[in-house]
Amino acid sequence: MKKIIMTITVAALLGLGCSKDFLTNDPTTILPTDQVFGSPELALSALADLYKGYVDQQSITNWAEFTNFDEAFPSEAGQYYRVKQIDYPYDWWNLWNYDYIRNINFYIERINGSTALDDADKTRFMAEARFLRAADYFEMVKRMGGVPIITKALTYDYSGDPTYLQYPRAKESEVYDFILAELDTIQNQLPDNAAVQDRASKGVCLAMQSRAALYAASIAKYGASTPAVSLPGGEVGIPSSKADAYYKKSREASLKLVNSHKYSLYLKTPDNLSENFAALFYDKSNNPEVIFAQNFKLKSGTVEAWTLNNQPRAIAEEAQGGRINPSLNLALKFETLDNKYQPFKTNNGGDYAYYDQESDIFNNRDARLAGTFILPGSKFKGKDVDIWAGYLVAATNKIVTSGVFGGLETLPGKNFKEQVVGGSGPIDGLEFGAQTGFYVRKFMDPATGSGQIGTQSEVWWVRYRYGEVLLNLAEAEFELGHKDSAALFINQVRARAGLTTPLTSAQMTFDRIVHERRVELAFEGHELFDNKRWRIAHKVWNGAQISIASLESGIGKADAPNTMVYGIWPYKVYAPGKPNDGKWVFKTVKPGEVTAAHRFQMGNYYSFINDDIRSNNPKIVKNPNQ
Amino acid sequence: MNLHKILYHLAFGCGLVICLGGCQKDNFAPPETKFTGHIVYQGKPIAVKNNGGGTVYFELWQSGFGKSGAIDVYLNQDGSFSALLFNGEYKLIIPPSQGPFISIANESTGSDTIDVKLSGNQSMDIEVLPYYIVNKAAFTLGADSVVKVDASITKIIKDERARDIESVSLYVNRTSFVDDDNHIAFTDLNGADIADLSHINLSAKIPKDISGVNIGVADQKYFYARVGVKIAGVEDRLFSDIVKVEL
Repeated sequence: MKKIIMTITVAALLGLGCSKDFLTNDPTTILPTDQVFGSPELALSALADLYKGYVDQQSITNWAEFTNFDEAFPSEAGQYYRVKQIDYPYDWWNLWNYDYIRNINFYIERINGSTALDDADKTRFMAEARFLRAADYFEMVKRMGGVPIITKALTYDYSGDPTYLQYPRAKESEVYDFILAELDTIQNQLPDNAAVQDRASKGVCLAMQSRAALYAASIAKYGASTPAVSLPGGEVGIPSSKADAYYKKSREASLKLVNSHKYSLYLKTPDNLSENFAALFYDKSNNPEVIFAQNFKLKSGTVEAWTLNNQPRAIAEEAQGGRINPSLNLALKFETLDNKYQPFKTNNGGDYAYYDQESDIFNNRDARLAGTFILPGSKFKGKDVDIWAGYLVAATNKIVTSGVFGGLETLPGKNFKEQVVGGSGPIDGLEFGAQTGFYVRKFMDPATGSGQIGTQSEVWWVRYRYGEVLLNLAEAEFELGHKDSAALFINQVRARAGLTTPLTSAQMTFDRIVHERRVELAFEGHELFDNKRWRIAHKVWNGAQISIASLESGIGKADAPNTMVYGIWPYKVYAPGKPNDGKWVFKTVKPGEVTAAHRFQMGNYYSFINDDIRSNNPKIVKNPNQ
Repeated sequence: MNLHKILYHLAFGCGLVICLGGCQKDNFAPPETKFTGHIVYQGKPIAVKNNGGGTVYFELWQSGFGKSGAIDVYLNQDGSFSALLFNGEYKLIIPPSQGPFISIANESTGSDTIDVKLSGNQSMDIEVLPYYIVNKAAFTLGADSVVKVDASITKIIKDERARDIESVSLYVNRTSFVDDDNHIAFTDLNGADIADLSHINLSAKIPKDISGVNIGVADQKYFYARVGVKIAGVEDRLFSDIVKVEL
């Protein structure tokens, strides 16, 4: 009986199940194409995913990359290798993300085919996708040289013959031309609104044109000095005859942006220019300078850990931080307020130079120094950063210090232990401490909790800003022979840094342009690509060991070697009863972990294209000198 | 012993059997054919930078095995090379950017590609055309820890492919690995300052103290030295043979 009931029940259930077409139900976890492109909200979230694919070589979400080029020292044991290897591997910085390009091309095609979206949305989304594609091609051409330009989504037909998918590399100049032309087209389809900062706008199109055309121009001009860095097919290298046209294009784009008067230099606290310069990067409300940034939001899952990674160890909100230690090499580049290149004075004849306050040695400098660096003797989040390497006992000229942060030791003539080293170090070889004597301040978030793993920060990563456009403009004007206007634009940027004595047009040189970009745009991802396009990278990173003297004599010279990180350590003088007691002295040091002098080879100018890629597509030619 | 333990041991035993069984079959024999030789000019090896720097290499290509990719063979500092390969036919190419020399067109292929057919161990010297050669380098070491050299360099390529000397350097090291990355003392002489290519005199003093260790003659009575020539527009330096100089 039981069995019969069971059988009937099962049969009934089966009958019920089959009566409807449950096998053709819509999926609950995947959105089909017509749904995504059927509503502006979903189409926008698909676009947001494309924004997420935007590639940066250096970024606040990828701190260690900032320590490759002697702009900073990596104070984390796992990253020390970056200052121990001589040669940059040829495959560093290579990028071949055609999966991303394909996704964008798909997006463009589907937006195009959508009937449900209104025209305004369609135009804007499409222009944004094309902007992202141009940005990605720019990133690829910077690293790889000419790459195949693919503007439709390619799909394999499983015929066994993939040759129709194999495209050769375009010329380097053709890729730049493509980028510039795309930006010309889409700039008028995007909002002409300076408040649009984390999505594409007309402003960022002009800013990217300003930068991209400048890159192409300088490769054309300075590429002549490195004839080995070229390929016969033009995949690498741009003829020098094209330089002027690109400089003009860059100038035109920059001027268009400047003359729109929609952006301006950030100057909310003119009475404290260092604070002002730091705030330029973390202040997200009505920031008139930021043109395009990668945005973050607290409690949304999209937060960044720059402040967590780099907070001064002494006042850290977690038992870590302090990873990026900007180098003395960089600090030396910041001029004194009377426009002079001047090393920090550590010695006075045969004796140390004594300072009343720890921070005094950094006085009267370009305001950007304290805006970019957390200096010894300064404060962060209102607290003392506590960077000092130990006591200098004047009587014996010996150092008393400790191997742990804020460690205790007995000073001579005392019978108790006291703190003899800063809570942030510097202690040689101790990670998270300020091993160069400095921490980074740019992009650091002063908000409470920004250094906690569970909170982190919503400070944005500024990709394009007005200050850079002014420097682009100054460079283009200089290269076109208009030194007067070059000085005019560079002086605007310098005045904001407190350098009120303007440079004259006679002072405008290539070295000046290079120098100004180094100090203004440090930690913003420019150093490598600038040195590459000016073809000075193999001179700056020439593999030769450098001394502090050669660093100091090289300030302000574009191609001066910069192959090893140096630091400067403060010591407190211990001389009871003497006038120098409690004063500060400084020593220049090379962190013990720095063993190699970096060398940038000719084969590093354009990154290695993987064997896999070349094997799959024999039309791809290898980059030169590898 | 309860059931769980027995099951556990059984499972472990099965795993072991699978592991051991898996290793028995279908492994390839390792490559066993030795391919050795030197990069030479008129039969004389050309010294280059130490292999540890991974600098000068040539490529071996073999087709017919799916994806194509080169086998890079790096040169030792005395210009020799050796590679363990499978028997078969290879194409040997020296990439244009490699070495202080240019490759010579091969008679049988009509290009700079050289066909290499391996069946059993083979030794081969690859003839190239260097920009310069160092034909003499006489070193002396004095009691004052100064290493001196009298070197003579000959220009080989004199046609439109000729290149100038950027600098000539003397490198000295404690061990027999000597080049622009491995040295304890060196001196540079700019190419423009060279008066006579057949008499280049350089001297380098061994520093008394690096990182607290005495490395002058007081500590060690012999050093290894050689001369390196940087050719304008060529990254890899040309070197003389490494010589042990004794007090």
